[in-house]
Amino acid sequence: MSILVRDLTKNFGSQTAVNNVSFEIKKGNIVGFLGPNGAGKSTTMKMITGTLPADSGQVEVDGIDVALQPLEVKKHIGYLPEHNPLYLDMYVHEFLRFCGGIYGLSGKKLKNRVSELVDLCGLKKEQNKQIGTLSKGYRQRVGLAQALVHDPSVLILDEPTTGLDPNQIIEIRNLILSISQDKTVLLSTHIMQEVQALCNRAIIIKEGKLVADQAVSELTEEKEKFTIKIELEKHADLSFWTTHQEVNSLKLVTETEYLLEATRDIRKDIFKWATQNDVDLVGISLEKGNMEEVFHKLTQNN
Amino acid sequence: MWSVFNKEINSFLNSLIAYLVMGVFLVSMGLLVWVFPDTAIFEYGYADMGIFFNLAPYVLMFLIPAITMKALAEETKSGTFELLMTKPITEFKLVMGKYLAGLVLVVISLIPTLVYYFSLSYLGNPVGNIDSAGIVGAYIGLLFLASAYTGIGIFASSLSENQIVAFIIAVFISFIAFIGFSSISDLAFFANSGMQIEKVGMLAHYDSLGKGVIDLRDVIYFVSVTALFLSATFWVLKLRKWNS
Repeated sequence: MSILVRDLTKNFGSQTAVNNVSFEIKKGNIVGFLGPNGAGKSTTMKMITGTLPADSGQVEVDGIDVALQPLEVKKHIGYLPEHNPLYLDMYVHEFLRFCGGIYGLSGKKLKNRVSELVDLCGLKKEQNKQIGTLSKGYRQRVGLAQALVHDPSVLILDEPTTGLDPNQIIEIRNLILSISQDKTVLLSTHIMQEVQALCNRAIIIKEGKLVADQAVSELTEEKEKFTIKIELEKHADLSFWTTHQEVNSLKLVTETEYLLEATRDIRKDIFKWATQNDVDLVGISLEKGNMEEVFHKLTQNN
Repeated sequence: MWSVFNKEINSFLNSLIAYLVMGVFLVSMGLLVWVFPDTAIFEYGYADMGIFFNLAPYVLMFLIPAITMKALAEETKSGTFELLMTKPITEFKLVMGKYLAGLVLVVISLIPTLVYYFSLSYLGNPVGNIDSAGIVGAYIGLLFLASAYTGIGIFASSLSENQIVAFIIAVFISFIAFIGFSSISDLAFFANSGMQIEKVGMLAHYDSLGKGVIDLRDVIYFVSVTALFLSATFWVLKLRKWNS
């Protein structure tokens, strides 16, 4: 077990930030850590990394107890903090060497590792610039490089893509995917597509309590209803289907696109009907429920 | 610890403040010792560095806090302290790295004043007629004083995330610790315990080292003051973590 969290609790004064949270993450998984702002995501992550002492409960990383051997655990974890604090007056190269030095790398080994990271994180052109002069996307890369300097087995990323533009988000995502091959990754985010794109599991917390811990595909699977997307060559009248007893609703999205909601997967029937009635179908597919809806359902206040 | 030490030295030497602080120190010491008629050695007429060692503590009282004020204050403010705490480095090593870097920088700014010694030795009549042993002792005293000031400066820097506040606290504690006790011991109220109170302050120990006699008690005193403030810094950092 790469990360094991058991009955973790943290209070700030009278406010309970994290309330009896337990979960386990197996080696090699990428897990999304979701929740509304202030739900206790960052607090939980800080407790896993050992920067914040827990009030009660237990955290183990690679089988090592964080409370008992904090220094040992820190050698196994690479952590990208929420606002990615960096020394703005240091040069990228210098900063990575400094971080490597803290982990006990030195001499040739350190030099090789730094140039490896510069390549891996796409910092080749920027390596001799001051961190303060870099754009946010590049700073985020420096933050990731810093977290990876000692080749940790567990990566904890606190909102790695917040505040980036769409291109940078994709770049950082690809970077995370490429480095996560043999690592366990726990990442928090507000972007639901990110979870669908990157993670195989999602842990959702709300007001410090765990509300979901499931595979992303299970979370988004819709059991009661099937939404079918129908694309046509040119506009045609599908109102016939509204009378079908298994169809709940039919919605025209664009001139040539319909969304049909049914209680059963009736794609085959539609296809047959279309060939019989000379309607040119160009596409028919089952829509997956989206993470946003799931998130909303699980975390909204009633 | 050494990576923190190296980083501190590098970032300091890469910034303008370093050269500004050292420049100001050397220029003001040079003016006081050689030019200003009230204090200059030429007016005094003896090949003696007493004036330098009398004034240096007061100049260092401002110089050292200027060097140390950003040590921990800036780390806290910019959030890099949090970053450091996720790495396998203990608070103790962090504080020691910062302290040693501060001390080394002070030593670097003191080294050019060795020129004073050689000039004076040359100016003496006959040439070389100078109390070398006394000066070596006084330099050692100054180093110990600088070490205590650096400890105080690092401590002050841990108290606030504002560098100006850290600077003012450091200057104030240094001032009280250096002459506060010996001045207050002169009060009539302390007529009986004056001697003991004076010994609490740094001035008495600094003067005694400055005579060229390396007394173990004075050495232990300065080492203890440094250790006291460094461990106080360590606890400030620890408590802040536990209370967060």
